[in-house]
Amino acid sequence: MLTEDSTTLEIYEKLTKIFHAVFHDDTIILDADLTAADVEDWDSLTHIRLVLAVQNTFQLKFSAAEIGKLMNVGGLVKLIQSKRPNVLTESVS
Amino acid sequence: MVILFGVRRFLRERFSLMDKIYENLSWLLPAPADFAAQCHSLLELGEDLGTRLQQLASYSLDDNELHRLAKVIGKARTANYSFAPLTPFRLGLLSNATVDFIVPALVASAARYGVALECIAGNYNQVMQMALTPDSVINAAHCDAVLVALDYRGLPLRSTPGNFDEARATVQAAFGHLETIRAGLKNKGNTICILQTVASPAEYLFGSLDRALLGTINNVIEEVNRGIVQGLAGTQDVLLDVARLAETVGLGEWHSPSEWNLAKLPFANAFVALYADHVARIIAALLGKTRRCLILDLDNTLWGGVIGDDGLGGIQIAQGDATGEAYLSVQRFVLDLRERGILLAVCSKNQDDVARLPFQKHPEMLLRENHFAIFQANWNDKATNIKAIANELALGLDSMVFLDDNPVERGLVRQLLPQVAVPELPNDPALYVRTLSAAGYFESVDFGNDDLKRAEFYQDNARRVILRNEVGDIQEYLASLKMEITFQPFDDNGISRIAQLINKSNQFNLTTRRYTEAEVRALWHDPRCFTLQVRLSDIFGDNGMISVVVCRQLSNSQWDIDTWLMSCRVLGRRVEDMVLKHLIEHASLRGIRKLVGIYRPTSRNQLVERHYAKLGFTELNQDSDGNTVWQLEVDRSSVTTPPMVVRSIGFDMVET
Repeated sequence: MLTEDSTTLEIYEKLTKIFHAVFHDDTIILDADLTAADVEDWDSLTHIRLVLAVQNTFQLKFSAAEIGKLMNVGGLVKLIQSKRPNVLTESVS
Repeated sequence: MVILFGVRRFLRERFSLMDKIYENLSWLLPAPADFAAQCHSLLELGEDLGTRLQQLASYSLDDNELHRLAKVIGKARTANYSFAPLTPFRLGLLSNATVDFIVPALVASAARYGVALECIAGNYNQVMQMALTPDSVINAAHCDAVLVALDYRGLPLRSTPGNFDEARATVQAAFGHLETIRAGLKNKGNTICILQTVASPAEYLFGSLDRALLGTINNVIEEVNRGIVQGLAGTQDVLLDVARLAETVGLGEWHSPSEWNLAKLPFANAFVALYADHVARIIAALLGKTRRCLILDLDNTLWGGVIGDDGLGGIQIAQGDATGEAYLSVQRFVLDLRERGILLAVCSKNQDDVARLPFQKHPEMLLRENHFAIFQANWNDKATNIKAIANELALGLDSMVFLDDNPVERGLVRQLLPQVAVPELPNDPALYVRTLSAAGYFESVDFGNDDLKRAEFYQDNARRVILRNEVGDIQEYLASLKMEITFQPFDDNGISRIAQLINKSNQFNLTTRRYTEAEVRALWHDPRCFTLQVRLSDIFGDNGMISVVVCRQLSNSQWDIDTWLMSCRVLGRRVEDMVLKHLIEHASLRGIRKLVGIYRPTSRNQLVERHYAKLGFTELNQDSDGNTVWQLEVDRSSVTTPPMVVRSIGFDMVET
């Protein structure tokens, strides 16, 4: 049985891939406190790219309000988890 | 549980590109796993930047990958690298919407078509100002073309349902707006305009009445689009039919209210790659890079089945049968292409007279011999044949498109002749036409008498070209297939397939001896018979059983090869060498010193006339019927084999 910790781990794994793809930088390491200030090139445009990629990967849709409230990666992970409590029961691409 | 996820994810990744033909540009191969690394190394390797760039751009890339590639192109441009042999082109881009994601997609996608694109974007939502100001960024840049990317929000459209005068005024205003922009660009910038038709919003005001009632947004847009098309006639400017593109993927998918609200994206970002590819096609067409010739495989590409084995009555190309209908639609589309001036050629692994038979004699075939400029049906590799076709037509390889259902053949041509366009095809032939057409290899910006007459100029006499030198390193390609060959004696599992092959194979069949299933079982259980069923798999999948051999021990130290047949699908991979090696091993173990083979010629098996000669057998004699007898001394033979993983199952060890 996969635990909640493993779910979070899986989300971080996927997000890491997304960050690498969007920022063209394979050295980025994610933690909950990471913000736009910490990553070069994280501006409003890359933010949109990130959001779109997250939506696509996790097959979710965020509202503008939800996106507007995001402060750091930890918040993003929570948002994803809140929409997908049973990540295990469906395969994510 | 975890294993199940793995399988489903694998399957989804393997087949996902084919699910969404347009969104995923599924006619292109998926990006390789090391795409990022390959981008990185583009600048390091110095030479041939242009060519390597084009190859890297030829995969299906999503918007992040396009962005990555565009960044590398940008760095190369800043460092003054040469993009030769790509053709330079400067494109201006004006839009009422955010273009920041579109610009890199355009730059990277253009490379796919052999174009080194520089894209100058006008300021956000300042289309009119950019067009009319003489020293605006766009006009000062002296662009080769300017893409006027206005969507319905960028035109002065008003909804006045039922009001004819207001509706007409709206259409005039919108059209006038476009014309002013266009005139400004031409006067100040002296450039070609690429005008977009407008994609209608997905939302209804009434429902079906939106289309019929004057003054609804939908109705107004239809009139505006008509005006745009008419206004282009007789000018140098060209059309990008975004309205049709949006309809193709679905207006509901194309338009994304959330993405517009979020960042003023004109359409769903999921379609940036598709949009950019369509723009790139227009640019390529402007530069005369439209492809001109379609080269076609035959078996399972133009008809269902294999003509050499199934015969005229067995191939599927008829109405009333789902598979036959699918292939009829392929032929119909190919014929339409020819009617608009695209040249046709055949490239098939078949005996020439057998391959021509359906074109000559089958009543349901739509294509006939005289639709083809060149007709290559032989047993040589397709890369060499395609090169010969190109030479004969005096066309570059970059003018060619090659359609083949077999992924192994597609892979070979892609590897040895990278300038030839080879679309990936789905498993279902019903989707071949859609996929080929979606790829847009033959996009054009004009059409005239010359195009209509082109096919005749090349004289469709379906002629054969003599091959000279072999193209490239085929052995290297074969090794990359990671083939696995499995040898087994006859068994219960394989018996019906073995009987099927024995009774159906006509071409790669040395003796064409037919046996009932009962007779096959008898051979299996006969202690004086050595039987072999051969399976082959490669990176593209399992080919199943592809060869059957039966040897009879009629005298003490000799095996007579009663039956040796093979599926033509695996020709050219030296499977027969592997089989011979295996036969020799087993013969040795059993104290057999001679292998004797017979070739009995038929109208269908000319292919294997020299089979035993090629394997190093010595010809013993030939009789009046043309049958030839061959011999190999087991101890004195040496067989070189291609790299293949060999599995041998179910043989009893024999004591000598």
